Amino acid sequence: MIEARELTKRYGDKTVVDRLSFTVKPGEVTGFLGPNGAGKSTTMRMVLGLDGPTSGTVTVNGRAYGRHAAPLHEIGALLEAKSVHPGRSALGHLTALAQTHGIGRRRVEEVIELAGLQSVARKRVGAFSLGRGQRLGIAAALLGDPEVVMLDEPVNGLDPEGVLWIRNLLARLAAEGRAVLLSSHLMSETAQVADHLIVIGQGRLLADTSVADLVAASLGGVSVAADEAGRLGALLAGPDVTVTSTEGGRLQVTGLSAREVGRVAAEHGIALHELTPTGVSLEEAFMELTRDELEYQSAPVTGRTAR
Amino acid sequence: MTAVMENRTEVKRVVFPRVLLSEWTKFRTLRSSWITLGLSLVLLGGLGAIAAFTYSPGGAEVTDGPPGIAGRPLDAVSLALMGLSFASMVVGVLGVLLSAGEYSTGMIRSTLAAVPKRLPVLWAKTLVAFAVVSAVATLGAFAAFLIGTAGLDGEAVARSLGDDGVVRSLAGAGAYLGLTAVFGVALGTLLRSPAGAIASLVGILLLVPGLAMLLPESWYDALNPYLPSNAGGAAYALTQAPDGLAPGEGLAVYAAWVALALAGAAVRLKRADS
Repeated sequence: MIEARELTKRYGDKTVVDRLSFTVKPGEVTGFLGPNGAGKSTTMRMVLGLDGPTSGTVTVNGRAYGRHAAPLHEIGALLEAKSVHPGRSALGHLTALAQTHGIGRRRVEEVIELAGLQSVARKRVGAFSLGRGQRLGIAAALLGDPEVVMLDEPVNGLDPEGVLWIRNLLARLAAEGRAVLLSSHLMSETAQVADHLIVIGQGRLLADTSVADLVAASLGGVSVAADEAGRLGALLAGPDVTVTSTEGGRLQVTGLSAREVGRVAAEHGIALHELTPTGVSLEEAFMELTRDELEYQSAPVTGRTAR
Repeated sequence: MTAVMENRTEVKRVVFPRVLLSEWTKFRTLRSSWITLGLSLVLLGGLGAIAAFTYSPGGAEVTDGPPGIAGRPLDAVSLALMGLSFASMVVGVLGVLLSAGEYSTGMIRSTLAAVPKRLPVLWAKTLVAFAVVSAVATLGAFAAFLIGTAGLDGEAVARSLGDDGVVRSLAGAGAYLGLTAVFGVALGTLLRSPAGAIASLVGILLLVPGLAMLLPESWYDALNPYLPSNAGGAAYALTQAPDGLAPGEGLAVYAAWVALALAGAAVRLKRADS
């Protein structure tokens, strides 16, 4: 479990992480989302005690990272920036890390196998592709069989097979009861693996929600126009459904898909004039959420050329 | 949760001997370690042997060359250690690569995540650098002297290992080079940049003695013996210079300079973000 409370990091007068509070729970994959420069990597560095917070606290399994006697068994991390000496072999790198915790050769070989690096374990890391480098980082993160796994943009540079491998691995780690934190700047990518989402922008918490809730919210609703709008509205009403009537026999329905609304209307012989999903995609919901927080906003392309 | 607990490998604490073993692994798994170590051995043994074999009496009475070497009475030991100044740069670079090399590659993040107390990493690097370099350098110094003995056969300056101060001087050279590697580790940790740390090391060991001559004469006379390379030089001189330090004192003063750099490195390592 990772718990951040009012975590803040300032460099000079620039606030990179701003009173951020969140919890990463065991047994789930938590997505950590935000545009580039939102403060995700800085937050993760503070979790590992590499950077000290300006104020606030962050703990791993109830303690500050530096207070653990054997931290690699508490949390394993893959940081976005390369954290490996390119002149060393994968085996040498993992062995050196393992030895600090008295972790044996067998476990080193296990994680090499788990990451699919057997054939290149003795090669210099500098010659690795981006994808292999990521796999080595993940092997290092899992070395101590930690209760918490924290990965910064793990799918960067991976081929489709590698992406699938990561997804399955994360799901398995969470199913084993571990807390998994996964950062990304891509909502659609993250929504496929995460159970929970923490969204930040310019260092501030924008949303702390389950993926299911966000999906429901972002689905928006369905706009319906029908002859017997009043009767249809009554038929559609249910526990998780809201129906509001608008002008001219129109209904705005949330909690049901366009398909479900159409089926109900057909079953009761109600003619529909219009049936339009009004929801937005997850990616749009994310963009909406972070719009005001983007550090570098691109100017709209149209309009300028029209002039 | 239970599944995790059952599968867990046995948990052992991060303690100094484990950090030391890890740092030794890091040392031996980098090609640059062996290249610099081998080069220092070749420089020590090779230049020492050449100096002895090309020696002819009646020439200059003092040695020529960079600080630490220049201006010393020509004797069997100073001839054997003709490559020491160059070797000191090479082992200094080795030390810098062990520490600053982690910053330039990003390895330091993995290192400090594994050892969040941080300082044990610095002490372990210090021990590994000193132990390996002083052992190899002592070997090189003795090899240079023994090869040189053949070249100096019959000359007035010839000495044997059994003569007064010879073993002490050669061992002093090994200790000096070991400390120089630690100097490199300390400067690398302090400055975090290989180029900056190497430049500083060259400046401190080779340029400072020259710059010190710009000082008023009375200051110069008082300070000169205590400058890092001059103090270190006293540790491997066969005969003590009239205004120089005794061998033990010289080594202690040099060690104090290295300790000062290490203290600075420790403060930065412990306090600063990495």
